[in-house]
This record gives sequence, C-alpha cells and structure tokens, in this order.
Amino acid sequence: MSESTAAQRDAPPATADSQGMNYLVSLPRRIVTVYVPLGAFLVVLLFPFYWMIVTTFKPNEELLSREGNPFWVKNPTFAHIRKLLFDTSYPDWLWNTILISVVATFVSIACSVLAAYAIERLRFKGSRYVGMSIFLAYLVPPSILFIPLAQIIYQLQLFDTRLALILTYPTFLIPFCTWLLMGYFKSIPFELEECALIDGASRWQILTKIVLPLAVPGLISAGIFAFTLSWNEFIYALTFVSSSEVKTVPVGVITELVEGDVYHWGALMAGALFGSLPVAVLYSFFVEYYVSGLTGAVKE
Amino acid sequence: MLPAAVLLLVFLTYPLGLGTWLGFTDTKIGRGGEWVGLENYVFLWGDSVTRLALFNTIFYTTIASVIKFALGLWLALLLNKHLPFKAFFRAVVLLPFIVPTALSAIAFWWIYDAQFSILSWGLVKLGLIDRYIDFLGEPWNARLATIAANIWRGVPFVAITLLAGLQTISPSYYEAASLDGASPWQQFRHVTLPLLTPIIAVVMTFSVLFTFTDFQLIYVLTRGGPLNATHLMATLSFQRAIPGGALGEGAAIATAMVPFLLAAILVSYFGLQRRAWQQGGGDK
Repeated sequence: MSESTAAQRDAPPATADSQGMNYLVSLPRRIVTVYVPLGAFLVVLLFPFYWMIVTTFKPNEELLSREGNPFWVKNPTFAHIRKLLFDTSYPDWLWNTILISVVATFVSIACSVLAAYAIERLRFKGSRYVGMSIFLAYLVPPSILFIPLAQIIYQLQLFDTRLALILTYPTFLIPFCTWLLMGYFKSIPFELEECALIDGASRWQILTKIVLPLAVPGLISAGIFAFTLSWNEFIYALTFVSSSEVKTVPVGVITELVEGDVYHWGALMAGALFGSLPVAVLYSFFVEYYVSGLTGAVKE
Repeated sequence: MLPAAVLLLVFLTYPLGLGTWLGFTDTKIGRGGEWVGLENYVFLWGDSVTRLALFNTIFYTTIASVIKFALGLWLALLLNKHLPFKAFFRAVVLLPFIVPTALSAIAFWWIYDAQFSILSWGLVKLGLIDRYIDFLGEPWNARLATIAANIWRGVPFVAITLLAGLQTISPSYYEAASLDGASPWQQFRHVTLPLLTPIIAVVMTFSVLFTFTDFQLIYVLTRGGPLNATHLMATLSFQRAIPGGALGEGAAIATAMVPFLLAAILVSYFGLQRRAWQQGGGDK
C-alpha cells in the first residue's frame, strides 16, 4: 500500500510493483544511467543499417567525394538498384535463397516433429541420451563439417545443385528444431494424450490432432528460426555451389558483385539491403516467437 | 523419427567421422587420398601460418567473447529497466543478429574502406587524426576491426538471452536486498550475478563456440589477409581445402578445432554442475 503512494510521487505507478525499489531513482539520474547508454547502444547497433540504406541511394559522385555531409543523400538515385536487378543475376539468387530456405525449413520441421515427439513421449530406452546427443549435434559448427560434406556431395553427384543445399541445411536445422520442439512437447500435459488413447486414437492421430495444434507457437518459433538460419547460411552455399544460377544471395553478392579493384559500393549495399530485408520483415512480424525460440534454445 | 535419424546419420555423424579420417589422409580434390597417419598434423604444427591462425583464433575468441559478455550484460540490464516501447527496443536490438552475417559484413567492409571510410571521415573532421586509417590493411588494425564487427553482431544475442534470464529473477529479491541496505552494486553482485550464472554459462558457451568457428565475417572482410594476420582456423581450413584443393590438410585443420570446442563445452558443463551442487548443498 505505502509502496504505491510513494510511487505516485516519484515515478509512474506502473513501474512500482514490478520493479522493486526502483521508484526511488529520480528521473534525471535515470536519464544518465539508462537512456544515454541505451541510446549509444542503439546508434552503434543500427548505424551499419542506416549506412547501407544511405549508400544504396547515393550517386557515385557523392559516394566518392570527401566533401559535404556524408550522412545524407543530396540527389537520391535508383541507379544502383537498377544495376543490381537488371545487370546481375540478383533476382535468380533471391529466388534460390527463398526456394532453398523454404524447402529446407519444411523438411527440417517435419523431421524434427517426429523426432522430438518420439524422444519426448515414446519412452524408449536411452531416449534421454538421444536428446542429449541432439543437443550436442546442434553445437557442431558448420565450419568443421563443410569439407567432409563437400566430399559427400561430390560422391552423390549433387555438386552445384540446389538439392545439395536443401539436403545439407537440415543438418544444422534439425538438431536445433528438435531441441526446441522437445521443450514445447514437454509442456503439453500427458493426460490429454492418455484421454485420446483411451478413446481409441492411434499415435499418429494423437500427434496430428492433439499435440501439433497445441504446439503451434513452438512450430512457428522453430520455423522462423530455421528460415532465418538457412537464409543466413554462407559456408555451405559457398562451398557446394559454383555456378551463378544456383547461388544464394549472401554468396552471390560476395562472389559476383565484387569485381576486381573497383568496388560498386552502391550496388553492393543495395544487394545487402535487399538480402536483409526479407528476414528483417519476417522477423518483425514474429519477434515474440523468435525471441522465445532463441531463449528457449538456450535454457535448460 | 526415422527420417530425422537417417538424415542426421548420413549428413552429420558420417561427415564428422569422414572429416576426422580425411585429416589423416592426403586427399586432394578429384583424387582419393591415402592414409598418411599424423603427417598432416606434423606438417601443420611446423607451419607458421597455421600457428598464426591458431593464435588469431584464440585472440579473436577471447577478446570478442569478453567484450560481448560485458556489453551484452550491460545492455540486458538496461533493457530490463522499465522503459516505454520496451518491446520495440528489444526487437530493434536483435536486428544485427538476424540479418545475414555475410551481408552485414559487407556494410562493415564499406565502413572500414581505406579511402572512403566514414569512421575516418568522422575522426578527421573531429580533428582526432590527420589521415585516413587503413582499417583492414594493417595486421593489428585488421584484427581489431574484425573483432569489432564480430562484437557488433554478437552483442544482441548475449543481451537478449541474458535479458530472458534477468526477467525470471523475482523483484522481491531486490526489494529485500535494498531494505537490508544493499547498494545497487551489491545488489548486482550478490543477487543478480549468482542467479544469472547458469544462463551466463550457457550463453557464453554458445558465444565462444560460434566465435571460435567464425568464418563468414573474416572471409568477407579480409579473406584472412593482410599477410594472414586475420586468418582463423575456419578460414584457413577453407582456404587450404577448397581453393587450394588440399582436402586432407583442410580437414586436419578443422578437426584440430574440435578439442578446443570440447574443452569449452566441458568447462561450462562441469562449472554448471559444481554450481548446482553448491546451491543444493548450501543453506537454502
């Protein structure tokens, strides 16, 4: 009681109950200790993006001059974007990236659902150890695996195809998604499934009609995460693919837009910008799911 | 279960084994190799570039992880205060982490450009330096510049996951502590840190693992140059194996990273266990 009256004097009441004794901190002090550092963090974290956007619309003369204010564009131009879209295979790369990410995501989610359900619910011997090894598998970084995988891809004659990437991306997506979904399945009460079993439902019906609908948030988290991971994947795409038609955006931009000593900064930045936008937009719609996926994967 | 198991076996366990095996052979692209025993490792041990890469990797990982942790924890503490537009801030903060690294690295490349760097421009205008800094052209500049870019990308991850940990700490602990007269620093030291330790351990293990095996950032920014000053184990192994064609040697370099990763995992695992035991055996 006394807490809320004190709070009304010093700070907005909404902050009082959930923030302990923080209402004792005065506003000027808060500005110095909280807002100023936070502002600095935001400026530094966002500056590269701002710079990307500015560079995209700057004509070359402005890019290469040291005069004037570099933080603003005087004569915005679409020349870089036009060059990117019509003089390079950028649209192809974009299409490849979308295709590969979507397919890899769906394959991984489907496999992970089955795997996670089996590990969580079928209670076979050693399911705990399988769970642990799945987690360890997630920790194996791609930079260790790309050489042997390249060898396998050669042997399977998949080199330089989209299928190579579609098949290899799940190696890091499945462990992650499985781990995430295991957490979600654990939270679904076991009694629900028992009821269904008594009513004569098969395992498959339980999975599709009871567990999956309840695990939709988990599925979305895993899906978003898998999609961004495969969109961002670089080293496999760089190693397993060499012709321009099958490259993904990150690899294409790095390997083909950089020609000789003259860097087309405008086009490069435009490429980076359009490669980043889709994930950024998708992410902004599902922030909550993404964050819960991120933090859910780290907990436990 | 079965499809996942098959995919994982074929594309994960098998490559791991194959990778280790390749490390003991002299395989080249397009030609099977023969067992050469430890020859690759002996050669690499005597190879100054590999030693430099090992040093770089450890240097890069240590500095970047420590700074990422410090800044990330700070940012998490800031975000944990009650702020207007909290959700918005959180979403914005995570942006560097979700954007493809290769693409944000290009932005850094441009920011670090020797002739048109915006950083140099700003410093010159402020009168702090009189000529443009060659960020990526000199060994130590390049090392620090890549570390800075790595930190930029890694801080959001650390901050957001630590924030999730902070939010599970009940405010009543802080109330109790401040009623007992604890200063903010004491509250942080004796309430926040102990309760946050498990999640810190996990987050930092992830962060160390991914920094240690970093590839994209270095590949885009410097390709290991100048004079191999920024080569990490991962970029060196790519360099030797794919453009260089020496698959066996590259695989040996990659395999050489595994003990370090295992060590990192074990340290945090046993650290956590000891922690749990202390808490269980303590007065609570």
